[in-house]
Amino acid sequence: MLQYVIRRILWATVMLVTVVALVFVIFFVLPGSAGKANESGYSPLAVKIAGKRPTEATIKAITKRLSLDRPVHEQFLSYIGNAAQGDLGYSYQTEEQVTQAVLRRLPPTLSLAFGASVLWLLMGCTVGVISALKRRTLLDRSSMVLALAGVSMPVFWLGLVMVFFFDSNLGIYDTGSYAALTSNPIRWLSVMWLPWLVLAILYAAVYARMVRSNMLEVSGEDYIRTARAKGLRERSVVRHKLRSALTPVVTMYGLDLGLLLGGAIITESIFNIPGIGSFTVTAILQQNLPVILGTTVIASFFIILSNLVVDIVYAMLDPRVTYS
Amino acid sequence: MAAEVLLEVKDLKVHFPTPDGVVKAVDGLTFSVSRGETFGIVGESGSGKSVTCLTALGLINRDQAQVSGEIVFMGRDLVKLSNEDLRPIRGKDLSMIFQDPFACLHPFYRVGDQIIEAIRCHDDMSKKQAQERTLELLSAVGIPKPRDRFRDYPHQYSGGMRQRAMIAMALVHNPSLLIADEPTTALDVTVQAQILDLIDRVKQEFNIGVILITHDLGVIADVAQHVMVMYAGRAMEIASRDEIFDKPLHPYTWGLLESIPTVDAQIEGLVPIEGAPPSLINMPRGCAFHPRCPHRFEPCDNERPALEDRGGGHPESCHLTANDKAAIWGKREAQRNKVAS
Repeated sequence: MLQYVIRRILWATVMLVTVVALVFVIFFVLPGSAGKANESGYSPLAVKIAGKRPTEATIKAITKRLSLDRPVHEQFLSYIGNAAQGDLGYSYQTEEQVTQAVLRRLPPTLSLAFGASVLWLLMGCTVGVISALKRRTLLDRSSMVLALAGVSMPVFWLGLVMVFFFDSNLGIYDTGSYAALTSNPIRWLSVMWLPWLVLAILYAAVYARMVRSNMLEVSGEDYIRTARAKGLRERSVVRHKLRSALTPVVTMYGLDLGLLLGGAIITESIFNIPGIGSFTVTAILQQNLPVILGTTVIASFFIILSNLVVDIVYAMLDPRVTYS
Repeated sequence: MAAEVLLEVKDLKVHFPTPDGVVKAVDGLTFSVSRGETFGIVGESGSGKSVTCLTALGLINRDQAQVSGEIVFMGRDLVKLSNEDLRPIRGKDLSMIFQDPFACLHPFYRVGDQIIEAIRCHDDMSKKQAQERTLELLSAVGIPKPRDRFRDYPHQYSGGMRQRAMIAMALVHNPSLLIADEPTTALDVTVQAQILDLIDRVKQEFNIGVILITHDLGVIADVAQHVMVMYAGRAMEIASRDEIFDKPLHPYTWGLLESIPTVDAQIEGLVPIEGAPPSLINMPRGCAFHPRCPHRFEPCDNERPALEDRGGGHPESCHLTANDKAAIWGKREAQRNKVAS
């Protein structure tokens, strides 16, 4: 088991470095201006990074800081070196350290991701299990129709409709008035419940269908027949089914959570939540390269981390895994 | 001294309505099993052998299946019992083990825990006591180092060990009757012999009854005392093991015996029974086997032959007279022995 974990961690690190390298290539090398200078003798990349009104001093500072006059691999190494120490660069447009800026935007994203995920896990698994146990009844059929609807609704559509309904129409919701959990919990809850719901509906629908399908598949397995043949009560038989059917859900959950931690871009934008997702959108619109690079690295980090955790947790849940 | 009759099946019919028609998986089965004997049920896939036993335990889809007839076990008709009434019998008085022991054990629970669960669902033992009993049983079925093996998962066991564990699990409450549905089909030959030995030993030691379902006549020859030959959901004949092999009274059995290649025979090819088993939805009129029977005559495609004991304690369902049968089998056997020499 320990060997497995260590192997996984090593691979994850390799992955992370590779992803950062790729991102680096996309943003710093592909534009074609790496190591070159334009007519005025400045690196075009430095000019871009400097923002809307670049001064000569700024451009020179950028060039030096990012080693833009150096060969590409040196630039990359210096970036990696800094990133490993937690320095993701400096945003000249907004005049702040990228790392600090991202960390500031992390809590709202965490709130959104974890809150929604608890909600969708509860909703999805309950509906899925009950539907499977009461297969082909009205309850089953209607919840699967609802699940289909949930899966089909685009997040942006549902989000906007909800905002329209609860904010404009009913006036009981105030979009964009986010407050941190630590500073104003009541306000926090009153703002977060709707984006949680919107995000959760989609995922709950996906999970409900998957859990139902898993449960039905497991029901046909020989070991369930053995459980009955032993004389187990039906509720113990159901427990056996759950053990098999819900284990893949853990994997899915980890991966979905990882993706969301990188920023639920659409939901955050619609509900004006100051998280990493909306930060990324702003940066893209402003062509703020250091921030774009920084948020991409953060998002990749979370995805790789969640993959790693999921692999390890799955090995703990499925005894067949580690021994392969 | 007559042995105690444990299971009596009377005119059992198990039909499954489907959109394509009614599947007559079992169509009028009558037999009985006594304590201390191994009752073999032999037949091809789809002959209804497994469905019969699954119906006894109530493990078929009871909402869909139409079951008629009786399965009397220790004085109670299992067909009439509800699921709640059957549950206390399953795994306690009547146990069943299945074909593929790998698929039959839950992959995520330790083997020891699964056996403990089997113990504690019918008995209020403490976990510690249940654990001791489990170790006892694992040892009794021949699993080496039970204390270590107890904590293992199914995938860490070999095929033979898994089946032994299944047998242990089936025996925790000293059932009166053990049903083994093709217990050795998924195992290799050497392990097969060990498992059959184990089942036999268990039967003698605990004085229980065993129903052994198989498609392998060799297994029957080895361990069974009585045999029922099934075809298309019906019983073709029921006899003692020796009678089945020496004096079979049904053309289907003749065909089965002839299809077995013997070690000393020089043959050009295997001798199958011509044709294929009928669709259980569209059964032929009269005798189920007649389309493939080389000896069919007038009544065969019209009148279904009843399973009757025409003397000698050997019920069979065929219209041929006893004399005809003796003559035909005599000839066929002679032919077979000629080839063999």
